[in-house]
Amino acid sequence: MLSLLEVKNLTKTFGTFTAVDNISFSLSEGEILGFIGPNGAGKTTTIQMLLGLIKPTSGSVFIFGKDMAKYRNEVLSEVNFSSAYVSLPGNLKVWENLYTFARLYGVKKYKERVSELVEFFEIGSLFNKMYGSLSSGQATRVNLAKALLNKPKLLFLDEPTASLDPDIADRTRKFLKQIQIEQGIAILYTTHNMMEVEELCNRAIFINEGKIITQGTPNKLIKKYGLQDLNEVFIKIARDI
Amino acid sequence: MKLHRIQALLFRYLYIYPRSIPRILDIFIWPLVDVLIWGLITVFLQQSRPDFPLSLLLGAVIFWDFILRAQQAVTISFMEEIWERNLFNIFVTPIRLYEFLFATFLVGIVRITLIGISLGVSSFILFNFNLFSFGFYLVPFVINFFIFGWILGLLATAILLRFGQSAQVIAFAFTTFLQPLIAVFYPVSALPKFIQPIALAIPATQVFEGMRMVILQNKFPMHNFIMAGILNIIWFIIAINILYKMFNYVIENGKLLKLVD
Ligand SMILES: Nc1ncnc2c1ncn2[C@@H]1O[C@H](COP(=O)(O)OP(=O)(O)OP(=O)(O)O)[C@@H](O)[C@H]1O
Ligand SMILES: [Mg+2]
Repeated sequence: MLSLLEVKNLTKTFGTFTAVDNISFSLSEGEILGFIGPNGAGKTTTIQMLLGLIKPTSGSVFIFGKDMAKYRNEVLSEVNFSSAYVSLPGNLKVWENLYTFARLYGVKKYKERVSELVEFFEIGSLFNKMYGSLSSGQATRVNLAKALLNKPKLLFLDEPTASLDPDIADRTRKFLKQIQIEQGIAILYTTHNMMEVEELCNRAIFINEGKIITQGTPNKLIKKYGLQDLNEVFIKIARDI
Repeated sequence: MKLHRIQALLFRYLYIYPRSIPRILDIFIWPLVDVLIWGLITVFLQQSRPDFPLSLLLGAVIFWDFILRAQQAVTISFMEEIWERNLFNIFVTPIRLYEFLFATFLVGIVRITLIGISLGVSSFILFNFNLFSFGFYLVPFVINFFIFGWILGLLATAILLRFGQSAQVIAFAFTTFLQPLIAVFYPVSALPKFIQPIALAIPATQVFEGMRMVILQNKFPMHNFIMAGILNIIWFIIAINILYKMFNYVIENGKLLKLVD
């Protein structure tokens, strides 16, 4: 299978502190990869490096076979990102936000594209509302619509379901599963909810203190450690180091 | 430079204007307050010196507003993205930093045009002062002031990038700090001798000196405008370099998500 993302020996030090320590992995077409680990493990730092918004201390990132250090802007037009810790401007209406980002990505016939996504995420009733007035569940759906505007081949989602209630989180996962199946988008996904990883991810990478500890399909990881579920695996890994 | 990205940002900033009271105040009320204060001071001065030119202080405060608002257009656009936690979203699109800056430059032009009309109309109605009495000279004045304001905006943005939101007070007060040196309301000769060369190294100071020549001696001081043009180019090159350095500092140190705190 074609590898969309190739990470080699990626390292980031802030002063004397090593946040990401020589990690290598790849992500194939249509795969959802869970990128998990305790608070401060280095997940967000890694994602920012992959997007070229933190400069790696060493190592390389290739997306669609192109070196991010050289072809960043070209690559970014086919990539997107969403997270609970960034938000869209609260003083713009939902449609203004979506149109703005569609234009930024240079989406052709962007009004049609926005309509498609509005229908898919069932956010028609929010279209004219100020983004700042939305509940976190509503905002998450708008964020995801924004993240799909440019029909990305690769999507980075950093804790997209943080702060969602179990029902909305479940619906969000269904949306993501459907996107993966219908459009073959590859997703790098971070979360602290291990049930989510079991349900959604084809493969998971555990990192701690900037290093990759183990990786594999959720089932393999559970078997490998002889435990009941991924939650127990997480706790074991987090405490054993 | 891609037009659709610049257009996207221009729309993004203009969407908020019609429904934002602080922004409407910014365009219509504050300029009016400035015109009132300096217009009344002029009226007062004219009681003892009837020949005191109306344009000397009123013209100065109007042009000063041009600088200040052009600077704010850049800084507020940037600050806006920090406040809204949207900076990361913007920079994961294919946008380039210079496209972002160019968009803020255009926002500045829109703002200046509106504020210029507001200032021009209010000073005409209240004090019968016609901004167009500067005639053709208005063009080099406005262009130089606007570019200088934009340069100050770039420098203020660089401060925000380096020190984050906590430095916003400095970033916004920055232009006002410079005001005494820019010699807006008095000639450079009123400044202490040793400060004068520093003052004259600021592009806007040259233009204000030139403005006073036009008003008081009805002469167009070409050398002031050539100096202003050269200084603006030098300042621009320096400012843009500092800004890029600070942006690289942010990328190097992983600060993009941390500018808020
Ligand atoms: N700009 C920075 N300067 C210095 N240290 C940083 C910076 N950014 C992150 N760190 C440190 O790097 C480590 C990894 O942080 P990171 O945000 O990547 O963790 P994470 O895995 O995303 O955690 P969480 O699950 O809490 O989101 C942390 O110890 C953090 O304090
Ligand atoms: Mg994180």
